[in-house]
Amino acid sequence: MYSFKMERAESLTSALERFGDSDDAVYLAGGHTLIPAMKQRLRAPEDVIDLSGIPGLRDILVTQDGIEIGAMATHAAVAGSAHVKTHIPVLADLAGGIGDRQVRNRGTIGGSIANNDPAADYPAAVLGLDARIVTDRRTIASGDFFKAMFETALEPDEIIRAIQFPKIERAAYLKFPNPASRYAMVGVLIACISDEVRIAITGAAPSVFRAADFEVALSESFSESSISELTLPSDTMNDDIHASADYRAHLCKVLIGRGVQMLSDH
Amino acid sequence: MEAIKLQVNGRKRTVHCATNATLVDVIREQLHLTGTHVGCDTSQCGACTVHLDGDAVKACTILAAQCDGSTLTTIEGLAQNEVHHPMQQAFNECHGLQCGFCTPGMIMSAVDLVHKEEELSPEAIRSALEGNICRCTGYQNIVAAVVQGAAGMKEQQS
Ligand SMILES: Cc1cc2nc3c(=O)[nH]c(=O)nc-3n(C[C@H](O)[C@H](O)[C@H](O)COP(=O)(O)OP(=O)(O)OC[C@H]3O[C@@H](n4cnc5c(N)ncnc54)[C@H](O)[C@@H]3O)c2cc1C
Ligand code: FES
Ligand code: FES
Repeated sequence: MYSFKMERAESLTSALERFGDSDDAVYLAGGHTLIPAMKQRLRAPEDVIDLSGIPGLRDILVTQDGIEIGAMATHAAVAGSAHVKTHIPVLADLAGGIGDRQVRNRGTIGGSIANNDPAADYPAAVLGLDARIVTDRRTIASGDFFKAMFETALEPDEIIRAIQFPKIERAAYLKFPNPASRYAMVGVLIACISDEVRIAITGAAPSVFRAADFEVALSESFSESSISELTLPSDTMNDDIHASADYRAHLCKVLIGRGVQMLSDH
Repeated sequence: MEAIKLQVNGRKRTVHCATNATLVDVIREQLHLTGTHVGCDTSQCGACTVHLDGDAVKACTILAAQCDGSTLTTIEGLAQNEVHHPMQQAFNECHGLQCGFCTPGMIMSAVDLVHKEEELSPEAIRSALEGNICRCTGYQNIVAAVVQGAAGMKEQQS
């Protein structure tokens, strides 16, 4: 790891100021993406600004229309939260399946979505459950947030404060993990939000996306037969040593089918 | 340079280290607690697992500078008065190791698991040890050791 200066921010304002004062700064949350990248010299910031001392960023609150999760809440905190388990069980499930126990004790929801790794789990929940991302300066709709591989709508210095999820009981997350890293080779989140079905897919393409045709068909009739003729185009899928594009496209459909089965048995 | 105050295995310590030192660098090179191992550079093997403020974490993926004021337990902190911790005893008795490189991390993960989870079937243990890799692949006996160690820990409590 190259050397750098470390600053501990006590407030959002001071974090923003320090970022502004630096030519090359980065925020540090759980560090479980950033530190491995710095160790491998893929990233070499001059200033690292630690967000862990900012009060209130770890809270998980029940609000009038949903659950608000602080950006610095760890995956273990989300997986173990009684509020999340009661009101959005699929989110607790998803968080409990990220990486391994040690990773879940450090990694945070804010860090995960700010990073937008194509194989990360949380982007599927944020887009699939239509959450809102609250930053130091605005609120961003889930559909506007994830831009491309490792790219989001965040400005360089913008800090995520919290993510607001609606309460949704009828939803499932189906993950086909890479056997070595446990990242999602494909992860499918299916949510039934009143009469509408939403499907968000991670791992398969450069960035999380919605399966629009499948959503329309399933919103009309929630059954496996209604999607039997549909396919996902493999030309937009990732193709790498872990799986071919065709295989990923096929896997998406298989997982959607399993999700429909699971939610029908409910 | 950073000055970091830590409670290490029950003792107050202050260490001075470079800002880019990881927690495992400090544990091994400054505190000379070499039971905590480094088995990879991809945060995957778990050989470096320690308890930081009561949670199992990978010490290779945390900066020492993030730990100021924290309480740290390493494998050396488990035995009390020269008597092995029940989990150490169980790994010994069940032959839950071959070369032993992964063992400190396995034991630290297993102890954290027993502290936090109520129900520990062999299947649950297998998936909970996802973050610890044994290159000798002695998983069968590792799982048996965790089952026995968990029982030993419960007995010690009661
Ligand atoms: C062995 C291993 C296995 C893993 N497996 C999985 C897996 O299966 N699924 C999965 O989804 N992830 C997995 N991860 C990644 C893990 O979930 C990371 O913790 C997460 O992606 C990043 O969160 P962090 O808090 O560690 O962020 P950091 O590493 O601290 O930061 C990541 C990036 O986000 C930025 N950032 C952090 N917080 C904020 C904020 N509040 N506002 C703005 N920018 C911010 C940082 O500047 C940095 O660029 C794994 C990681 C490891 C090491
Ligand atoms: S050395 Fe820490 S996970 Fe391998
Ligand atoms: S006993 Fe050799 S690596 Fe596990």
